[in-house]
Amino acid sequence: MRNVLEVEHLSVSFGKTPVLDDLSFKVEAGSSLAIIGPNGSGKTVLLKALIGAVPAKGTIRWAPKTKIGYVPQKLDIERDLPLTGLEFLRAKANVAGIAATEVSRVLALVDLQADAASQPIGTLSGGQFQRLLLAFALTGGPSVLLFDEPTASVDEPGEEGMYALFHKLQREEGLSLLLISHELSLVYHFADQVLCLSRRRAWIGPPVAILTPERLQEVYGRPMKFHVHDGSSA
Amino acid sequence: MARVPDDLLLPLAMAAAAGLIGSITVMRRMTLASDAISHVALPGIGIAILVHANPTLGGLAALFLGTLLVWTIEYKTRIPTEAVIGVVFSAALAVGGMLMPGQDLIEALFGAPRSPASAETLLGLVAAIAVIVFALLAESRLVITLVSPDLARTAGIDVARINLLFLLAFALTVALGLQFLGVLLMGSLIIIPAATAKYLARSLRQMRIISVAIAMLATVAGTLLAPLLRLERGPLTIVVAATLFFASLMKPRHE
Repeated sequence: MRNVLEVEHLSVSFGKTPVLDDLSFKVEAGSSLAIIGPNGSGKTVLLKALIGAVPAKGTIRWAPKTKIGYVPQKLDIERDLPLTGLEFLRAKANVAGIAATEVSRVLALVDLQADAASQPIGTLSGGQFQRLLLAFALTGGPSVLLFDEPTASVDEPGEEGMYALFHKLQREEGLSLLLISHELSLVYHFADQVLCLSRRRAWIGPPVAILTPERLQEVYGRPMKFHVHDGSSA
Repeated sequence: MARVPDDLLLPLAMAAAAGLIGSITVMRRMTLASDAISHVALPGIGIAILVHANPTLGGLAALFLGTLLVWTIEYKTRIPTEAVIGVVFSAALAVGGMLMPGQDLIEALFGAPRSPASAETLLGLVAAIAVIVFALLAESRLVITLVSPDLARTAGIDVARINLLFLLAFALTVALGLQFLGVLLMGSLIIIPAATAKYLARSLRQMRIISVAIAMLATVAGTLLAPLLRLERGPLTIVVAATLFFASLMKPRHE
């Protein structure tokens, strides 16, 4: 099976503080990797290193012709920035050299209403803004989606819908997914592989092997309960 | 269509360039930094006068050097940009002031009343059109970059390069206005119309239109009214722009 991403001996440090240390993993094309771990374990830094936004040591190898869509956790946008969601998406379409009609397709895909998309982006609710960022990432047809889930999800009910959408994109468009998630039950059901980061080390493997009560207790320093849909709790 | 008088053609082109570059400058939250950067033109003008060269070209050369310095500091060093801009560019104003005799200094700071030579007008028009074309063609890349450099990178935008091009376009715009408005006031023609537009606009399109319209209106009003009121053209232009800004504040804040 072809890999879309190969990471070898990746290290990132800020000044003298190591954030990621000698991390190696691979992501198969069309698969989904969930990145979990407590606050400060370097999940967001890992995604930023993968897009080249923070300096890193080691090797990051994307498959040739990989197009990345990135959904950051948050952005500081002034409330009065005169830029509508539609204008923001059209700018991406323009840079990607694709027709502006693609924008309406993507908006429908992420389920963002037209009247919300025509508001200034700084006035959108947390959930709407996240959908706009997802639409931005999907404009131009990425082959890989990097998704940094907000710690405190703004509209909880929307979260499961988002994962269903990821699943659909993966099935229909062969998208590879790398997502930072805090919803362990969703990770358990949707992810092919789980990368668990702690401040000391990292584990990678299928959810069944990684999401064990003992490992989660060790990594998070407290018991982590999550719901497995067959009626039992892990 | 009414014919635009020749002595309004260059001011209008300059105002359009200032309105467009100003929109991006204000959206990038560079309001104060940009004003400081424009001051670096003064020593360039001073040196040009000393060696009997064209003052505007001297100012332009200094502006290009100044913006290259800002860009290098931002991308190649860890020095805080804000502090360096504050110190270097105010010092530039002082050095420029030492180099120039009184009348030249006043004109360099606030703009000269005389009309440019025809060669200067032609060059100015070419430069203004270049800035306008750049601002429109690069708008998508500039806007994505100001929202988030990380998103810009994943969209395939060379962030350092687009920022350098923007700073150079900004420097060229300041140089365009040196003769009309001077070192101190040209920054205001870039910032005030755009700040007004930002207050009124709900979209990028509105921002662009309002900013250009106010810059043009202030420039035309300043140019036409100055002889009638026996006032200096540069300061009058900026007073008109500032009046429009304060008038816009009367409009209730949009939510």
